[in-house]
Amino acid sequence: MKTALVNVFSYFLIALALIVLAYIAGERAPFYVSAAVALFATIMVVVNTNPVHALLYLVLSLLSVAVIFFVLGAPFAAALEIIVYAGAIMVLFVFVVMMLNLGRKTEDQERRWLAPTAWIGPALLAGVLLWQMTELLWPQGGFMTAAGVQVVSAKAVGIALYGPYLLAVELASMMLLAGLVSAYHLGKSE
Amino acid sequence: MTALHSIPMEHGLLLAAALFSLGLFGLLTRRDMLFMLMSIEIMMNAAALAFVVAGSRWAVPDGQIMFILILTLAAAEASVGLALLIQLYRRFKTLDVDAASTMKG
Repeated sequence: MKTALVNVFSYFLIALALIVLAYIAGERAPFYVSAAVALFATIMVVVNTNPVHALLYLVLSLLSVAVIFFVLGAPFAAALEIIVYAGAIMVLFVFVVMMLNLGRKTEDQERRWLAPTAWIGPALLAGVLLWQMTELLWPQGGFMTAAGVQVVSAKAVGIALYGPYLLAVELASMMLLAGLVSAYHLGKSE
Repeated sequence: MTALHSIPMEHGLLLAAALFSLGLFGLLTRRDMLFMLMSIEIMMNAAALAFVVAGSRWAVPDGQIMFILILTLAAAEASVGLALLIQLYRRFKTLDVDAASTMKG
């Protein structure tokens, strides 16, 4: 009960932080808030021990990346991200997780390997290094160039895809065929 | 779809780099094959995001085309990877990749 309360409180804090972020970002809030959600969800995927929870967080991460595509003026990519990535590929993962019916044992093992004593020291040191590197790479005043001023429509993408990139489409289809054959062969029961 | 507010390209690329390093972190730390596959998906998604950001910066469709190709690659990789995962589970009754270490890799 106590952990549930702590969970609710932490989610409340996260929501509050997102609202503050949206207020600071102003007109550009969609990008920054969905970027924050994507980062948070991805962290939750990486440190999660329960496969189904991790998959749900991964779907959330992909959805927020789709929002970012939309904000950046790539609506076709956003639609594909939702349909193919968050739809098809993630459903494939969920199918496999349900098929294997993973137990409590693997979860405990993963949890033991992610104990804080194992990573806190190196993480702090790497953080110092990262700080130094950003000081080096990020000059005062910055060098900002804009992205997402103009929408690249699905029509433009289609024209380019079946014009100069036709060979790439053929190669991609051959790769999909190879993937199909190898997945069939590997998944076959002896 | 008019009057989109422009985002500094560096912010998009920074996000892509952060997502990529999170995926790499997951790939290096986890030993559950399912989580390793998910980390690979995160990394490919981050690379695709970098392409879309760059394509959006110069308002050309090439970035989105690379995104579509990466999507195809991710789909093929997921199917083969999950088939390998099923084989691993069948033979060793676990998803721990260290179980299949006969080659001492």
